[in-house]
Amino acid sequence: MLLALGTGAAAARDAHALSQDDIDWLRRDSFELDSTTVSMYRDLGRSRLLDRQLDGRVGDELPAPINALINSYEAGSVSTEQLLTNLRDEQENIKAMPDGDAKTAARKAQQQHANDLLQQAQEIEMLHAIYGPNQLKEQMVWFWLNHFSVYGAKGRVRWVAADYVQNTIRPHALGKFRDLVMATLESPAMMEFLDNAQNAKGHVNENYARELMELHTLGVGSGYTQQDVQQLALILTGAGVAPLRDPKNMRPRVAEMVVRNGMFEFNPRRHDFSDKVLLGHKIKGSGFDEISEAVDLITRQPACAQFVSRKLAEYFVSDTPSPELVARMAHTFQRTDGDIAEVLQTMFDSKELAASYGKKFKDPMQFVVSSVRMAYDGKPIANAKPLLNWLNQLGEPVFGRLTPDGWPLDSTGWSSSGQMAKRFEIAGAIGTGNNRLLTPEGQPKSGGDFPMLTTRLYYDTFDTKLSVPTRDALAKATTQQEWNTFLLSSPDFNYR
Amino acid sequence: MKRREFLLAAATAAVAAPALSFSGKLFATPASNSPRLLLVFLRGGYDSNNLLVPYSSDFYYESRPTLAIAKPDPYNANSAIGLDNSWGLNPVLRDTIYPLWQKRQVAFIPFAGTDDMSRSHFETQDNVESGEPTGQRSNFRSGFMARLSGQMSTVPAIAFTDALPLSFQGSGHDIPNISLRGNPKPVYDERQANILAGMYRDTSLASAAADGLELRQTVSKELQDEMMKANRGAPNAKNFADETTRIATMMRDQYRLGFVDVGGWDTHVNQGSTTGQLANNLSNLGKGLAAYADALGDEWNNTVVVVVSEFGRTFRENGNKGTDHGHGTVYWVLGGKVNGGRIAGQQVAVAPQSLLQNRDYPVLNNYRDVLGGLMGRMWGMSGSQLQSVFPGAHPKDLQLV
Repeated sequence: MLLALGTGAAAARDAHALSQDDIDWLRRDSFELDSTTVSMYRDLGRSRLLDRQLDGRVGDELPAPINALINSYEAGSVSTEQLLTNLRDEQENIKAMPDGDAKTAARKAQQQHANDLLQQAQEIEMLHAIYGPNQLKEQMVWFWLNHFSVYGAKGRVRWVAADYVQNTIRPHALGKFRDLVMATLESPAMMEFLDNAQNAKGHVNENYARELMELHTLGVGSGYTQQDVQQLALILTGAGVAPLRDPKNMRPRVAEMVVRNGMFEFNPRRHDFSDKVLLGHKIKGSGFDEISEAVDLITRQPACAQFVSRKLAEYFVSDTPSPELVARMAHTFQRTDGDIAEVLQTMFDSKELAASYGKKFKDPMQFVVSSVRMAYDGKPIANAKPLLNWLNQLGEPVFGRLTPDGWPLDSTGWSSSGQMAKRFEIAGAIGTGNNRLLTPEGQPKSGGDFPMLTTRLYYDTFDTKLSVPTRDALAKATTQQEWNTFLLSSPDFNYR
Repeated sequence: MKRREFLLAAATAAVAAPALSFSGKLFATPASNSPRLLLVFLRGGYDSNNLLVPYSSDFYYESRPTLAIAKPDPYNANSAIGLDNSWGLNPVLRDTIYPLWQKRQVAFIPFAGTDDMSRSHFETQDNVESGEPTGQRSNFRSGFMARLSGQMSTVPAIAFTDALPLSFQGSGHDIPNISLRGNPKPVYDERQANILAGMYRDTSLASAAADGLELRQTVSKELQDEMMKANRGAPNAKNFADETTRIATMMRDQYRLGFVDVGGWDTHVNQGSTTGQLANNLSNLGKGLAAYADALGDEWNNTVVVVVSEFGRTFRENGNKGTDHGHGTVYWVLGGKVNGGRIAGQQVAVAPQSLLQNRDYPVLNNYRDVLGGLMGRMWGMSGSQLQSVFPGAHPKDLQLV
């Protein structure tokens, strides 16, 4: 019924161009406009579109050819447990081989396999970002992937990277923040990356404990101490990645305390059962429940609401969001027990968002994704590898942040002279068609197709508001390719 | 070169040659023998206790059952190289840094660092790069290298990084950055470059856009060819020595202040001693620095390289044969005219009672004081100039050059 009404309304409104305010809002709600996004907005209107994005009624379905591409990847079609089992088998085979060239070659092949899996995971994330119909959710998946950053090249992370985005981050991207923290805590990727898989009684490793409070929840300087880090590290002992063999015999009382969830395992034999004091609260030594209790405690601190709200506002609204906006978002966070959708609703309703239109510089991920959305407007690409190369060159690869703090959210991180020059070059690679996006991998490049950016979408949404310098530049273009390149390089396109 | 000549060279640099074409702001050609500073930032807090081994300390051997490096022993190639009665060098640096030490071109400063106690990588890196007093940062987008560059407006500066590091932010003029991986060839001709830059003329990114395009045009043909050749051979694993050779090419010809960072030093697990993760990193770093010295040729005599890191690590190894975040660390100062072959700065015996919070090295040589003192000597900067670079610091002259 709603849908039918929407379609009727769309037909009536179709004649009218979107207002500048609509366009500006929608550019912030999405990675960038494409025809599908614009027509959904025309059908539903702003508040219903936002509601449906936030409650997930706008789904994650991708166009069939993009789905087929993803399903052709091992990382997109084989379960995490199977991948890790294969890895173990490969490793055992290699170990059993006599030293020599064959063994060296097998090692090399295994490394290549791991690199391929990571690359597939990166491509899958890029394809979702470009083609996902729920663009707000896609932005949130990227945001959390960055907030709970893991470095792909470390250890087994390459084997579980795709799982991390699709099964850890994506299902909780618009849910409760606490659940998201628990999901990352129970992900093999995070356990591996921040060494908690190694954290055991008598062999305490405080890496994850520190970053969990500093980077994921409370923020540095929010009041926790070195002592709190050490206590949380003890609480987290025993949390790690499930072994792929049946566990050795455990006494029934110990076995009862094992917690398994996918490839996560809490092993009571590795846990320190002493009582702890975290952030002034006593936590009774009890096993896995300590972890739940600690995460509850941490995520309900006012500092957590403040820290997460501020980062969201930095990503979506401004490099320096107003304290009032952050306070309102943090208030919503606390009132709703960390409901991410509600916090976003507060932010998207704010006057601060409207005041920031045209002032937020796109980071490289936003630039690459938005360029391809604008240039190809829903047309399926056949090869996602160039996307990764561009993101690498711009210095923001998916799973490429070596340190767990994630990529910067402000323009200073991305607008240095070296990066501007690179950005212009990549605008050129897209605008001139001098790339292999339309050529399936491994095939000779077919044709020199370049996209046509002078489309209905462009005239409806960009043309009327271009700045004078950009208009001048476009007028000086001598070919369509150059025109495309200038548009994708322009401040009008690179700020949103 | 004596200190007096060093200073004279600095004065010569101050009246540098005229600028090149295009926007003409950046590329003042400096006098050939003016001093040059490269800051190398090791991100991740490297374990300095396995770089500079306190081999006379029994406590070191008790604290590191699997990580300790053996006392100097001429019959054991995996033992520390004795530098003096207390300190030894990780033997993975035998062919790269030790020869420089023997030429007295390297000094190490243990117990160096900041008074930031957060032991957070990100907080402490920002703290160090800002160069402002801990807890009193007034400008969160201002770094000490940028302020130094502001004091020396004719000393051209550049960062060899993907993004402009905080150290070089906030100078009031654009400081270019360039990644020395990937294809450095310019893809736009001058007409296109002018049109592209023109679109940004009314924005805050005007100089970044123009300078970025210009820098592409001026990367030397020689360097472009070398990089293309190298990239074809090894598309992925670039080694630091290749990069420092390229850095040397640019620093020799065009720049006098440089910055490069090297990541991967956060060794919580299976850190290793003379083999393993840390040893590999140190070995690559040593090769890179030696290659830099080599590539500069005679200009090595006008060059100072300072290697810093945000903090050191726990003195005792943790339960996973690694180390956790600590405090004081070891800084390196290298250069043809460096007053080296010595362990510089204030020190304390390495013993349980000298540890900070029973955990790690204390900081006895605050980096702001040490670097301020060094810069003072290099460029003959006045007290008030140094205060603008490191506000509130007490520059300490360790006679490093």
